[in-house]
Amino acid sequence: MAGRFLRKRAPARVALLLGEGEERLLRDLLGQVAQLVAPEPPADADPLAALVGIGTATSASADPVLARLFPDAYADDPEAAGDFRRYTEPGLRARKHAAATQALAVLDRPPEGRRRERVLSADESMAWLGAINDLRLALGTRLGVEEDWAEQLAALDDADPRALLLAIYDWLSWLQETLVRSLP
Amino acid sequence: MGAVSIAPVELDEPVVDDVVLPDTPWITIVWNDPINLMSYVAWVFQHHFGYPKAKSERLMLDVHEKGRAVVSAGSREEMERDVESMHGYGLWATLQKDD
Repeated sequence: MAGRFLRKRAPARVALLLGEGEERLLRDLLGQVAQLVAPEPPADADPLAALVGIGTATSASADPVLARLFPDAYADDPEAAGDFRRYTEPGLRARKHAAATQALAVLDRPPEGRRRERVLSADESMAWLGAINDLRLALGTRLGVEEDWAEQLAALDDADPRALLLAIYDWLSWLQETLVRSLP
Repeated sequence: MGAVSIAPVELDEPVVDDVVLPDTPWITIVWNDPINLMSYVAWVFQHHFGYPKAKSERLMLDVHEKGRAVVSAGSREEMERDVESMHGYGLWATLQKDD
């Protein structure tokens, strides 16, 4: 895969280069992240609390992916962790959702040149950094990625459905690394 | 947290501590995880806290090798803001009273 970020000079900007297949894959995955972190519908929520951005969830999600994206802030104090969550999770969800949406909006711009290049604003670079990280957290948690995940990947049979997802995770890690290195 | 309580006459001991010692330091801890990239974690410390590159990388290595690092200290409210920011960046962070 040829996709990568690179640093442009004068003015300092980050450019995103993606093949067509990579672009389709990222569009699909970032769309899933946007759905995953979308602010929860205030169905049974107190409308006034929802209005000022106070949520109802007071404990970490049973879904390990959501629990990883929105972890407890107090390790030994469930009550304080619950209060913290009510006051912060709606805002965190809104910001993560906005980042994934902004990253997707970049892909709606037609790429330029044979390299299929898109030059990002500073805001867009930050949105991509956050969205790719959330995507890797979600995918990595779902796959049970450990510190030695490169060995996990090598040990998997090609027919194992996790092999493809781990290969995608591997590529996303590399893509994010090129972004971190390209930041001005 | 979340509400200012009007102090009753009979304060129990921990509350008295809080009131009398408003400077009791709290700390933000970032925990190791297998997913966040080392380069990204160091970038977050540099970008969010404004730490020099060398300090950011040392803290990142502490997280990676020792499993955790104290990345900031201050009032409880300040540490809650730092933890919220770390969660925004996708880092696994908690706050606690500095023992």
